[in-house]
Amino acid sequence: MPTVFFTNQLARFIDAPTVVVPGKTLGGVLGNVFGDHPQLRGYILDDQGAIRRHVAVFIDGLQVSDRTELSQPVDDKSEIHIFQALSGG
Amino acid sequence: MASKLYVGTRKGLFILARKNGGWDIDETKFLGEPVSAVYSDGQTTLAALDLGHFGPKLWRREGDGEWEEMEVPAFPKKPDDAQDDPHPWSVGRIWNINPAGKKGSFWAGTMPGGLFRSDDNGATWTLNDRLWMMPDRRKWMGVAGGEQPGLSSVLIDPEIPKKLTIGVSCAGIWQSEDGGRSWRNIGDGFDNEYMPPDQRHDPIAQDIHQIAHCRAHPEVIWCQHHSRIYRSTDYGTTWTPLENAKPSGFGFAVVAHPQDPDVAWFVPAIKDEQRFPVDAKLVVSRTRDGGKTFEVLDRGLPGRHAYDLVYRHALDVDATGMQLAFGSTSGGLWISADAGEIWTAPDCRLPPVACVRFQA
Repeated sequence: MPTVFFTNQLARFIDAPTVVVPGKTLGGVLGNVFGDHPQLRGYILDDQGAIRRHVAVFIDGLQVSDRTELSQPVDDKSEIHIFQALSGG
Repeated sequence: MASKLYVGTRKGLFILARKNGGWDIDETKFLGEPVSAVYSDGQTTLAALDLGHFGPKLWRREGDGEWEEMEVPAFPKKPDDAQDDPHPWSVGRIWNINPAGKKGSFWAGTMPGGLFRSDDNGATWTLNDRLWMMPDRRKWMGVAGGEQPGLSSVLIDPEIPKKLTIGVSCAGIWQSEDGGRSWRNIGDGFDNEYMPPDQRHDPIAQDIHQIAHCRAHPEVIWCQHHSRIYRSTDYGTTWTPLENAKPSGFGFAVVAHPQDPDVAWFVPAIKDEQRFPVDAKLVVSRTRDGGKTFEVLDRGLPGRHAYDLVYRHALDVDATGMQLAFGSTSGGLWISADAGEIWTAPDCRLPPVACVRFQA
């Protein structure tokens, strides 16, 4: 099953442990994460379910480009990293 | 008199308490994080964060207990027929939190212009969809050059909580007589100087920085408009420009005396691109005669090289009308115990101040 890693910056606000959850797409995986950690959803996604503008998601080393449908496929060995996007400074 | 003062800043919440005749920081919370709004009725305290990466957040504290994270006001799924909506259907910032007329109920004004209500002490929030779904809402303009309108003020008639008056930057004043089921745009007499000539007087084209009413006479409303200061004595239906404001009529914040409908305070600045105090001398202006004349109050405030700007929610008056406080973009904080005659600064250098609220 895919593994999801969260930036340590989130630990200032909320419990965001590394988790191994099932899913065939990024959206499917995140949906399962948020099922167990519902309050985490609003930190990563906006009201419409898109990735927040200043959050970056990488799957196996490549930044996710579909930030609204979260349709990118993942496999059982995928590693998903969720960071804050640095926009300068 | 209020005994606690909440100051939301770019880098945390500072809670001041009265000690030995003065004010001092008693507690800090959310250090390092932007605090965009705060409200406390003495039992329940709500604080909104505006996390740059992770979105708006809302925290609650009961009494002196632990802070807990609450559900954040959020927009529903954007329908297919709203794809051309110029405003995002996602809360960018919780800009103010206001009592809704009964214990445990609150209104929250947000960017982009959504009004939300909680009836469970801030735990969950519901969008006022009647306001949001109005076709005219799409005409609302953004605040500070941005794409998002900001719902800057929410006034509740103390005797008739269903009577709501809101100020929007930049979309004028909207009023509901039925608790938010229906809304109408009001405001005759305004002149928004930067609009095209045929729109300068249109009620929806008004750049309302902030409105405040006298709680004992809620029909009396003061407006710090982008162009100048206005006053209404008929619940906001018609407005009279107050041309004698000094040292300028430009600013963002206004508070009204809770009992005396002739008294209000402002923190003026140079209009309008420069936005710092006139002659770099920080003052508060006060009228005590319904806006016919204004007094300049400067005792205890920096008299030279002061570039402090005071935002919409960064000036407050307590329920007695005697204690006032304001905070600035330069991190200044000043408090008065005598209706603004003399100001004192607590011993601190704060981050830029977004909001200042006395415990209600």
